[in-house]
Amino acid sequence: MRVEELGDAVAGCTRPVEFVTGEYLLRVGAPADECFLIEQGRVALEAHAPARPAQVLATLGAGDLVGLSWMLPPYRWACDARAVRPVRAIAIDARRVRERCDADPRIGYHLLQAVLRAAIDRLQALRLQHLDVYRGADP
Amino acid sequence: MSVALEATWIPRRYRVAAVRPELPDTVSLELDPESGESPAFEPGQFNMLYAFGLGEAAISLSGDPADRARLVHTVRAVGPVSRALAGLAVGASVGVRGPFGRGWPTATARGHDLIVVAGGLGLAPLRPVLLRVLADRACYGRVVVLVGMRTPREILYRAALDDWAGRADLEVEVTVDRGDADWRGHVGVVTSLIAQLALDPRNAVAFVCGPELMMRHGAAGLIGAGLESEQIFVSMERNMKCAIGLCGHCQFGPAFVCKDGPVLRFDRVGRALAIREW
Ligand SMILES: Cc1cc2nc3c(=O)[nH]c(=O)nc-3n(C[C@H](O)[C@H](O)[C@H](O)COP(=O)(O)OP(=O)(O)OC[C@H]3O[C@@H](n4cnc5c(N)ncnc54)[C@H](O)[C@@H]3O)c2cc1C
Ligand code: FES
Repeated sequence: MRVEELGDAVAGCTRPVEFVTGEYLLRVGAPADECFLIEQGRVALEAHAPARPAQVLATLGAGDLVGLSWMLPPYRWACDARAVRPVRAIAIDARRVRERCDADPRIGYHLLQAVLRAAIDRLQALRLQHLDVYRGADP
Repeated sequence: MSVALEATWIPRRYRVAAVRPELPDTVSLELDPESGESPAFEPGQFNMLYAFGLGEAAISLSGDPADRARLVHTVRAVGPVSRALAGLAVGASVGVRGPFGRGWPTATARGHDLIVVAGGLGLAPLRPVLLRVLADRACYGRVVVLVGMRTPREILYRAALDDWAGRADLEVEVTVDRGDADWRGHVGVVTSLIAQLALDPRNAVAFVCGPELMMRHGAAGLIGAGLESEQIFVSMERNMKCAIGLCGHCQFGPAFVCKDGPVLRFDRVGRALAIREW
């Protein structure tokens, strides 16, 4: 997606950011105050389980939104997001955007549709990934 | 029966000249004709390989279409025939009928950007496309190769993909459904990579091959990026018997996959691909 697709809700609430490889954009459980729209680079969404290395659920790239849980309470991230290549992104001030959406449901609805589209695309992709379509015949 | 028809019915004997293990359940067989030359083939066409005494299976031609001396087939062992074929040793005999079907429209792609989207073994029938394009690289615009595989250990033609990824005139991206501790590449479905491409949809042609669900999502992603169904080609897989349009085994909607396909334009199959079969 492009930042314009998020509509008026984000106008004036963005700033350019960069992350080096290995740096975290989001940490699970942390307050969801700022999300990111990737312009360049690659980000891994990671899940942790005790006594196991982090598992990469999916990688995101140019045009992908990093962080979806900022729109709904409790406003906390649901997984880690780590730069696996240098990243250039647009940071969006989620707190201010929420306040705007609360104040003006019209722009809030527009934003919600754009974020929901990204969430549905992600869900579809994860479904397909989970279906294990490249598996050979069972032994 | 006419001579031409007889030639398509009766397998020719080939000898296994080399066996290249690709993955635990997949090998590439290099086959030399016992006499004469192999017939010319188009990328995307297939042969019926006959494991003597067991039966035939449709297997795509996955070698270089410019190489008339030797056929290459990549076989995954999934059932009786493919298991027997994948287990053939150097020197063994195999029957070959073909080549059959309509392949990828590489002539249509000339002068355009070419987007190749392959999932799993779907890379096998697309490899001849890439070999042909690379032999004539200047005739094509941007060439993008997106590949989806199950895990990093199950990446088909890994050496070739590494080679291609190192070329300045090809954009190659490989993604896996599940990474491992050493994997630094993409994780996720191959179709997610399409949105990251910044395509010029008016000037692009896309060839998509893999499991049907992946092709359906791939085509949807390409249409989302602005391509028309008419610019997208997919390769269908159906059970084959005669391979020459006589028995009806491979019927898919109004098309016989063996004769009208396996490569079909997406506007001809898109609707049928969405029909639930079970
Ligand atoms: C045009 C075309 C091109 C093809 N190209 C290739 C190729 O290049 N390499 C190749 O290995 N195969 C290819 N195939 C697929 C191959 O023809 C079939 O898998 C064939 O059914 C194998 O015959 P079999 O007797 O070994 O297995 P079958 O007895 O037909 O099947 C045995 C079991 O395996 C399952 N099975 C069948 N196919 C698959 C599959 N693809 N993946 C997972 N499970 C499966 C079946 O559901 C069944 O349970 C192609 C098919 C077509 C139509
Ligand atoms: S396999 Fe007989 S009609 Fe296609």
